[in-house]
Amino acid sequence: MSSVATHPDHGAHAAAKPRGFLRRWVLTTSHKDIGTLYLLFSLAMFFIGGAMAMVIRAELFQPGMDFVDPYFFNQMTTVHGLVMVFGAVMPAFVGLANWMVPLQIGAPDMALPRMNNWSFWLLPAAFSMMLVTFFLPGGAPAAGWTMYPPLVLQTGMAFPFLIFAVHIAGISSIMGAINIIATILNLRAPGMGLLKMPLFVWTWLVTAFLLIAVIPVLAGAITMLLTDQYFGTSFFSAAGGGDPVLYQHIFWFFGHPEVYILILPAFGIVSTILPAFARKPLFGYTSMVYAVASIAFLSFIVWGHHMFTVGMPTAGTLFFMFATMLIAVPTGVKVFNWLATLWRGALTFETPMLFALAFVVLFTIGGLSGIMLAIAPVDFQYHDTYFVVAHFHYVLVSGSIFAIMAAVYFWLPKWTGVMYSERLGKLHFWTSVVAMNLVFFPQHFLGLAGMPRRIADYPVEFMEWNMVSSVGAFAYGAAQLIFVWTVIQCMRGRGKPAPAKPWEGAEGLEWTVPSPAPHHTFHEPPKVV
Amino acid sequence: MEGFRALNMPRGATAMSEAVYDLHMFVLTICVVIGIVVFGALAYSIAFHRKSRGVTPARFSHSTAVEVVWTIVPFLILVVMAVPAVRTLLAVEDTSGAEMTVKVTGYQWFWEYEYLDGEAEGIAFYSVLDEASDRARRLGSETDPREVEHYLRDVDQPLVLPTDTRIRFLLTANDVIHSWWVPEFGWKKDTIPGFINEAWTEIGEPGVYRGACAELCGRDHAFMPVVVVAKPPDEFRRWVAARHDTADGETSVAGR
Ligand SMILES: [Cu+2]
Ligand SMILES: [Cu+2]
Repeated sequence: MSSVATHPDHGAHAAAKPRGFLRRWVLTTSHKDIGTLYLLFSLAMFFIGGAMAMVIRAELFQPGMDFVDPYFFNQMTTVHGLVMVFGAVMPAFVGLANWMVPLQIGAPDMALPRMNNWSFWLLPAAFSMMLVTFFLPGGAPAAGWTMYPPLVLQTGMAFPFLIFAVHIAGISSIMGAINIIATILNLRAPGMGLLKMPLFVWTWLVTAFLLIAVIPVLAGAITMLLTDQYFGTSFFSAAGGGDPVLYQHIFWFFGHPEVYILILPAFGIVSTILPAFARKPLFGYTSMVYAVASIAFLSFIVWGHHMFTVGMPTAGTLFFMFATMLIAVPTGVKVFNWLATLWRGALTFETPMLFALAFVVLFTIGGLSGIMLAIAPVDFQYHDTYFVVAHFHYVLVSGSIFAIMAAVYFWLPKWTGVMYSERLGKLHFWTSVVAMNLVFFPQHFLGLAGMPRRIADYPVEFMEWNMVSSVGAFAYGAAQLIFVWTVIQCMRGRGKPAPAKPWEGAEGLEWTVPSPAPHHTFHEPPKVV
Repeated sequence: MEGFRALNMPRGATAMSEAVYDLHMFVLTICVVIGIVVFGALAYSIAFHRKSRGVTPARFSHSTAVEVVWTIVPFLILVVMAVPAVRTLLAVEDTSGAEMTVKVTGYQWFWEYEYLDGEAEGIAFYSVLDEASDRARRLGSETDPREVEHYLRDVDQPLVLPTDTRIRFLLTANDVIHSWWVPEFGWKKDTIPGFINEAWTEIGEPGVYRGACAELCGRDHAFMPVVVVAKPPDEFRRWVAARHDTADGETSVAGR
């Protein structure tokens, strides 16, 4: 019991887990338990948001309104976006950070364990508030996850619920970010300089700063919506001297860094997994760190690329076009470094590696369509079409979510102490990767051929590819049940016992502790050489 | 089955839309080539650098020369893309020299067109989803949309424009933001309540050009198509004259 200072309440029985649901889970201050809570919450949201995607794809299977009212369709697209971004992907990354950052830097826990508990438990509150709107008169928000005025001001009773739900989720994110920064900057094991940190830790450090910088901007924008609606201000109403486009500027000043919040930790995960299964060190560690930092910097000056059609001055359009294209350079560096990491390695293809490799390919496709979207004069055609929908699902589904899946399979043995079923993992991978491409690749065609996004119904000539996309979506949804089953089996302890380091080529402090990781780890800081 | 042929952006009906199409194909080609190189290298590694072939992994982990190359080469490729992009952008944005002006106003969920000058001055009308589509699109409708000609692609009164004329659009909206889009013209432009945006076109070929509202605008966002009928200038003049005769130049707002 040497370094009990960080754990005053557990000093006497450092190895024991608190008993009872309330003490173990609701009042927990353990980074591992909170990480598990975040991940399970994220999984639940993934299925709720996914169910909405199924409604969307069922309605779009063929032309004509078959199942739902167009207004309900808009509720589906809106809440699907909000739930997936703020409820599924972000909490999944925070959960992974909770579990892995302390283990990777040799810290006994997060720096601020009580705040950690609070930031998690805000999330169920926020999303209950958001989802309860389905049962209010007028239904859920239906103005898109971007909440553009004036349309969003037509939201009925759901409006204040929407604003406060996003506020609370935002507070949770900011507290999570502060905690992660405090942990990384203060609790690293002796000898672990900044440029010795694992890349997952690096990408999360940068992500956390992005969160602290932009979540308050989002909070400002939606508070202005709230006062426009209820307190007679006219920030976004031309009739009162305001400007609806101002909202878009503020929102996307948050929104573009937000998309990097959703992808930088994924970069970190892939940079961890590829070397492990290539049995070869990561290529260009330092340039990876600088690439992440420059992507983060550039993310603040490119927001206008979401708004090329609002009628910006030509000089503004040119600036945002050039700045956006520039992001391709550090992003390219990352992709090339991953290729060089694999080059002349000794590759094996366990499930985490499969997901990481698919990430490299499919994220690159999303990145390349991103370059196309950056070119303003052609974006005048692409903007607000299914081409955009295809683009951001390639970076978010086969990007962020595939990376999260890779991370779960990679660290599941450490978390649960048993190996997942490799057979089911591979089945999950192959069905997911085929289905994902069936859903989203044809959407490139649809967008180019002229299908706008967010439409509840479409002209007959778009039917065939929509059918393909819908079939893919149902298959993708079904494939995720395999994932749930695999994880449940591990959580029940069914499977081969996992050694401390189940992956031959894996490196890092997390593999020096036993599997499953004991409730308390690194009370004695490890030595990093 | 012919829907499977909906694969790419249309070349369109104007010099501008062709320039946009060419730029699109240029950028797409570069991206496909980059993709082939990247995925080719990856496929090579996956095929040959696998443990099951008994290879010993190399230990290298950096090479300044290589890293400099793959920072600079992508930058140069971007410059190659940026040059035609700037040229096209400046052409699209140049709304000067218009021979006629049409005002477009977005409503939930239809369009209004007003001819602001020239011989058509004073003509104004609403343009609403055609009745056949409107019947077929209802939840529980007996009509199969596939039986409706131009399902969600037709309106009661299309916007009629002359070919070979440089036309300026002034775009605004009355309630929420919409976006006026005809893919064959090569651009879309948001219509924003309280503000006026500008755009232009010069249609080369007579014909019917169909588009849609591209910005989420509420319940019936999917049901406010844009239809433009382009006529040769003399035919357009006859249409204007007939229009002045029947409607006395006033907005025909019957039923609104
Ligand atoms: Cu962006
Ligand atoms: Cu509209």
